[in-house]
Amino acid sequence: MSTPNTGPRAFFRRLPVVHQLRQSVGLQRAMLVIGLVITGIFVLTAALAPLLAPYGFAQLRDADGAFGAQQEPNAKHLLGTTVGGFDVLSRVIWGTQTAFLVIVVAVILSIFVGVFLGLVSGYIGGWLDRVLVVIADAVYAFPSLLLAIIAAIAISGGQSSFWGGIFAAALSITVVFIPQYLRVIRAETVRIKAEAYVESAKVIGSSTGRIMFRHVFRNATRTLPLIFTLNASEAILTLAGLGFLGFGIEPTSAAEWGYDLNKSISDVTSGIWWTSVFPGAAIVLVVLGITLVGESLNDLADPRLRTKRRAGSGPALTAETSAVPGGSLADVPNIDGLEARS
Amino acid sequence: MTTTEIAGAPPRATPPLFSRLSSNKLLRFIIVRFLLIFPTIFILVSMVFFLMRTIGDPITAALGGRLSGAQLAERVEAAGYNRPLLVQYFEYLGQIFTGNFGTTISDNRPVVDVLATYGSATLELVIYALIVAFIVGIPLGMVAAALRDRWPDAVLRIFAILCYATPVFFAGLLLKLVFSVALGWLPVAGRASVRNELRLSNISDPTGIYIVDAIRIGSPAVIGDVLAHAVLPGVALGLLTAGVFLRLTRTNVIGTLSMDYVDAARSRGVREFRLVTNHALKPALIPIITVIGLQIALLLGGAVLTETTFEWQGLGFQLSRYLAARDFVAVQGIVALLAVIVAITNFIVDIVAALIDPRVRF
Repeated sequence: MSTPNTGPRAFFRRLPVVHQLRQSVGLQRAMLVIGLVITGIFVLTAALAPLLAPYGFAQLRDADGAFGAQQEPNAKHLLGTTVGGFDVLSRVIWGTQTAFLVIVVAVILSIFVGVFLGLVSGYIGGWLDRVLVVIADAVYAFPSLLLAIIAAIAISGGQSSFWGGIFAAALSITVVFIPQYLRVIRAETVRIKAEAYVESAKVIGSSTGRIMFRHVFRNATRTLPLIFTLNASEAILTLAGLGFLGFGIEPTSAAEWGYDLNKSISDVTSGIWWTSVFPGAAIVLVVLGITLVGESLNDLADPRLRTKRRAGSGPALTAETSAVPGGSLADVPNIDGLEARS
Repeated sequence: MTTTEIAGAPPRATPPLFSRLSSNKLLRFIIVRFLLIFPTIFILVSMVFFLMRTIGDPITAALGGRLSGAQLAERVEAAGYNRPLLVQYFEYLGQIFTGNFGTTISDNRPVVDVLATYGSATLELVIYALIVAFIVGIPLGMVAAALRDRWPDAVLRIFAILCYATPVFFAGLLLKLVFSVALGWLPVAGRASVRNELRLSNISDPTGIYIVDAIRIGSPAVIGDVLAHAVLPGVALGLLTAGVFLRLTRTNVIGTLSMDYVDAARSRGVREFRLVTNHALKPALIPIITVIGLQIALLLGGAVLTETTFEWQGLGFQLSRYLAARDFVAVQGIVALLAVIVAITNFIVDIVAALIDPRVRF
């Protein structure tokens, strides 16, 4: 990556996603752009849900009377109605809002807690570090959905209002994510700790807190946009999983795709396809969009995987130490390896 | 910890060298890794216990509203849930140590019994899923690596992301819609048809793994029926992991294809097909083995959803039933048991990885 970084537009060019977009070529650029477009549509839909949705998410009747259950797609209900008599299109649209809020709350919470713990664990080290890492590893090895179920029970007893439900879902997801952030930030912190500028800061007498939150923090968080995208997609899947098992948000409090899919199990057997296909497709599309962005960022960060702009530029030295092979998705250690990017 | 850090190392081409020194190190590694199982289980079980108790006692959660206050208090008293939390915690730890994971509230069965009855069904499902994942993921990963950055690679990468992006229950519902409802080829749900299920449960000393029992009965019709029921759940759950295997294979084969020894083989005239399927694949498989540990956890989580979708009478199906009944003792017991299984599986996977690849021992 040869960016001169001088001139007025340097700042703009170095913004996380913009930088990668400029860096990418060919197929990788196409994937990144498609991902960004889908994600953009998702965010817009979430923001404009009240305007876009023809009906409310818990609306069962309008001026003409009740909607009726399991209506086939028709002019009045473009995607039909569910077994409970809700309008499918409206619930799919309102569902974006729920998903978006859960992602935002979950990711912000886990970034705060995870980054803090990672910094402390990596910089201070010692027994605290060992204990935190053992706990994080134990939690990380555990099926995240089961953990989220337990957390959901602990937080809300399983049922809740709109914001209560969103926070319960987000917190349950947070519990799963904290270890991942902790690992990534810790790995970075341990590396940065040995850098000359940290030594210099110590020499001139900066306090531990200042070094941690000014010098180390600023440099350890480069990989966050990448983890953010990976976890955002996982958040949606976990939310849907919780909803599917009946531990999401009550249907009258908010629209949630997982819940709708659960209710459609029996519909499927009798050939009623519209109640499951549309909420499911919404989940797939949103996760696909966010994952494409994350995937592209990951590949661009790994010199071994980056499509080369010119022929003949040999593999970078960092390739030896770079990311784990493969499954960036369910596989955080992969991101650990990003430290090789420097 | 070890699993993840192993995965950080790129595969190298040097063959494993077993010297006397390294076998001593191996023994030490196995012992250290074995001892690590205990804190892992302890942490998970404690976390599950305290999280579950933040909502109050399980009896009120399950029966609150159905019994009067006095009756509830009596039941809580009898079960000992009104004692200090720490006392209950240490008692619980002691019980777990002796293999007692509690008794369910809704149907009054020991949790260990639930595991014994339904665990085999979940095991069977997870094995089918792993088979699907290997059959789909590894060859497609090789294709993607060999045709890197051309259109088949693009299609396969999108496919891999779709595998990950599709929730297993949605994949299951779609498969049902197409293959059971529209085409009518495969059964909608369950592990076998009612008649065969009866036959399978009547054989002496059943394993609970239907395909094994069906083979023991020896009737092709029963075997066929069991397999037909297994296809859709196996594929739904298997695709989840297939995506991960595909990506892992692709990245690693790309990595090993650029190694000097592959160039050397190519210059000796080894054909490209053989280079990919043999020379580059073998070292690329090591990270897959190390990742299986994490995949087992993912598959167990996915099994809960798959079993609910297909009414597959396994642990996950029971778990979601107990969740619906608000029977949190059962939930806590099953989850704690799964924690033990996950910890032990990870231990085994790490040891296997260490045997294959000496670099992971520390």
